[in-house]
Amino acid sequence: MNLDTVKRAGQTPDERMPFAELGMKQDEYDRVVAILGRRPTGSELAIYSVMWSEHCSYKSSKVHLRQFGTKAPKSEALLVGMGENAGVVDIGDGWAATFKIESHNHPSYVEPHQGAATGVGGIVRDIMSMGARPVAVMDSLRFGGLDQGDTRRVLPGVVEGISHYGNCLGLPNIGGEVVFDPCYIGNPLVNALCVGLLRKDQIKLAVAPGPGNKVILFGARTGADGIGGASVLASATFEDESQAKRPAVQVGDPFMEKLLIECCLELYQADVVVGIQDLGAAGVSCATTELAAKGTGGMDVDLNLVPLRDPTLRPEEILMSESQERMMAVVTPGDIDAFLAICAKWDVPATVIGEVTDTGRLVMTWDGEVIVDIPPGTAADEGPIYERPLHEPLGQHDLNLDTPDTLERPTDLRTTLLQLIASPNLSSREWVTSQYDRYVRGNTVLAQPADAGLLRVSEIMPGAEDTTRGIALATDGNGRYAKLDPYAGAQLALSEAYRNVAVTGATPLAVTNCLNFGSPEDPEVMWQFAEAVRGLADACKTLGVPVTGGNVSFYNQTGSAAINPTPVIGVLGVIDDVAKRVRSGFTAAGLRVVLLGATYDEFGGSEWAHVAHGHLGGLPPRVNLEAERDLATVLTEAAKSGLLEGSHDLSDGGLGIALAEACLSQGVGATVSLPGGDAFVDLFAESSARALVCLKPENFEALTDLCARLDVPCYGLGETGGDRLVVEGVLEATIAELRMSHEATLPGVFG
Amino acid sequence: MRVGVVTFPGTLDDQDAARALRLAGAEAVPLWHADHDLKGVDAVFLPGGFSYGDYLRCGAISRFAPLMTELVPAAHAGLPVLGTCNGFQILCEAHLLPGALVRNAGLHYVCRDQRIRVDNATTAWTSDFAEGQEITLPVKHGEGRYVADAETLALLESENRVVFRYSGSNPNGSLNDIAGITNEAGNVVGLMPHPEHAVEELTGAPGVDGRGFFSSIVSKLVNA
Repeated sequence: MNLDTVKRAGQTPDERMPFAELGMKQDEYDRVVAILGRRPTGSELAIYSVMWSEHCSYKSSKVHLRQFGTKAPKSEALLVGMGENAGVVDIGDGWAATFKIESHNHPSYVEPHQGAATGVGGIVRDIMSMGARPVAVMDSLRFGGLDQGDTRRVLPGVVEGISHYGNCLGLPNIGGEVVFDPCYIGNPLVNALCVGLLRKDQIKLAVAPGPGNKVILFGARTGADGIGGASVLASATFEDESQAKRPAVQVGDPFMEKLLIECCLELYQADVVVGIQDLGAAGVSCATTELAAKGTGGMDVDLNLVPLRDPTLRPEEILMSESQERMMAVVTPGDIDAFLAICAKWDVPATVIGEVTDTGRLVMTWDGEVIVDIPPGTAADEGPIYERPLHEPLGQHDLNLDTPDTLERPTDLRTTLLQLIASPNLSSREWVTSQYDRYVRGNTVLAQPADAGLLRVSEIMPGAEDTTRGIALATDGNGRYAKLDPYAGAQLALSEAYRNVAVTGATPLAVTNCLNFGSPEDPEVMWQFAEAVRGLADACKTLGVPVTGGNVSFYNQTGSAAINPTPVIGVLGVIDDVAKRVRSGFTAAGLRVVLLGATYDEFGGSEWAHVAHGHLGGLPPRVNLEAERDLATVLTEAAKSGLLEGSHDLSDGGLGIALAEACLSQGVGATVSLPGGDAFVDLFAESSARALVCLKPENFEALTDLCARLDVPCYGLGETGGDRLVVEGVLEATIAELRMSHEATLPGVFG
Repeated sequence: MRVGVVTFPGTLDDQDAARALRLAGAEAVPLWHADHDLKGVDAVFLPGGFSYGDYLRCGAISRFAPLMTELVPAAHAGLPVLGTCNGFQILCEAHLLPGALVRNAGLHYVCRDQRIRVDNATTAWTSDFAEGQEITLPVKHGEGRYVADAETLALLESENRVVFRYSGSNPNGSLNDIAGITNEAGNVVGLMPHPEHAVEELTGAPGVDGRGFFSSIVSKLVNA
């Protein structure tokens, strides 16, 4: 069998290489030839093709994502920004949080269970590689219409995959989203978020400094998972059984991942790690090139030493394998024994496969022959960058003119409320979330259906006993808003996540994002993307919360039909005293119910227009970032002063849905009267920068004073108590009826 | 009072277990699956999780851990042992308790706050409850349906060895609504719900009803 060595590549300059089959364009291939001064070997082509892929190189998005840096607000909390495995934020008292959201959309469509499971596994390893203990996960999920057949295949598989993998790791699942819209039927979105904690002086980075230091591959052995394209390479170069198509979707082993978590934490504790990188997309290719590029610049690797689950794998396949539950560490020679002993304690296989050098070259051998010899930075950091053409979609103007103003409005608002609260997007998510463990490790203060997840810090990590702090997290996105106006849609997603963090009493600090779009080669999609990034960067600047990292997922489209542009935004906040958190909804009878924020006649992209008329047109609700900031200040200050007994954010479905959900959360009713002249607008408009709170009557004046000081509109609506929601002169519904409508929808479809 | 908390590879609730014991005034002593050493503890808590990834069958591999070869005879000799969730499954696999836990009737993992009735308040771990008392604890499992042959069930019922029963709705299809059982001597108790998650107001699943387990064992050990 011929091995395509560097020597052979020099001797056979005209051999045709299957770059196109690996998704590489002719000019990209020509650049590789120019960099190397010869044709690449099969293994080198494997590395460049995967490192220069859209997924790894961000070649279409980079020019836009730069705004997250250039427009970034000044933030003393930001310890590590974009470009590392995950951003790190100072949460006080010597502790830091690291968090990131990432997509696993395409694999989850092909094989929902494993696709979603390995999505969780991948983001958890990103967090581990920062030196942190992963402490919670969240999932932002989007599926086709609830009544569409394939949703019944995809959703249960995705939920089971997240449930099995996440529960097995012992990470509480504290929130997220489940959204249905026909635009996602061929392209479901599975965005997984993980948050971790670490001492702020013990951040780990993906670097390989120090010639002579050893490179250790540890965790699961390498198999033929997720190789997909690489089999093209093997079959084009060799004539043997490796022509067999390799599976394209990776398979996860959460038990190995759990061992890897505990093993890594012990390695960090023992201080035997110089640099560390998880193996995700592009596996060994990505880990070696990135570690080497950020370190002393060189690395020698003997690929024969990579422990294999499938001994027939060729070097090209080893380089591209996406086998799960693997990490790569750089360790000084003196620490090798201690490192390997800790791995042995946790039954985690670990193998020295190479050494850091100062040659500026990444050199790999197979059977003693050199098969890779490249400057690692050219693969890791110097990939192609495209300024893709973009223009506003042809129908955009007409879409914006098609406002919901002419839609027939209901007179029986009780029926509308019951219809909306039972609708696919507003109904109870219990069928999904009851399959996730939200309690494990005993630090969950708030979890779904609360607006944000909230964890106490003190008990999570050894040495943190003295801190009273907690961290809050929320994710939000609205593809319909973003379709109508991607600039505003991204800002509204950020506004909602920011508000959801604030209603718990936590101060929003930092942002992660998962940008789900169609094909970047379609100028109309590219316009949506550019507008969303610009909107998000501008809004982050105004709200003073920097983007710390995230992920771009392109090509979410089937044929020419792209998904609605769907920026999903995660916001992390901190509460100084976690005992002062505000619980969700109406928590007792006899409390005053207060609406904060102003309501306008805004129904573009609303849940009502969607449910009642199947309508999407006009413009989304007005963005008002100053109002969001002031509302958040009211909420956090009121929480700090102990004024609030409960809270809930207003978003999809407006005040009516917020009132109903607040009643359902603890089974406490309320009697309210509406502030405005139009009950329909008051109840169902989706104006931003609003929240519902309840408080003891004696605290009402202090709250109104606080609101007056910050110029936040504040309306006393009524009082909690009773077994029903009464909107005086408008509607009345018992909690039992609301609950029946709310909870029957998903079980009705999924059993 | 020193109470051991066992960690197998894949154990998840060991931190919660240790905390619950500490809050009740006991010293939580970490026990490692690979050690032939109970460290002289006065009682043992086998917490939940997915030991060995639940491969083969839940608890089937853990049963053979070196620590279990010490624990089984000690339990037979009267050492108080509590197993929750995966700990219960391990106790059944180790034949310290009869029967087995199989896939939930609904085929899904279920995490929810569950009403439970205390049917036996005489065991080492339930003496601070009253018989017939209803408490709320979280359940979170995929394999929690208790099954046993008719003869075993009849024996458990006649000897008052069903310690806990699901009240309201049964989350997993357990026979006779069984949530937890004890051995003949009443020193070994296994249940699917999680008392260790319900000991604090701030984070306690729905409340603090789990405290009774730990106050029970502490008062038993103090009075021993």
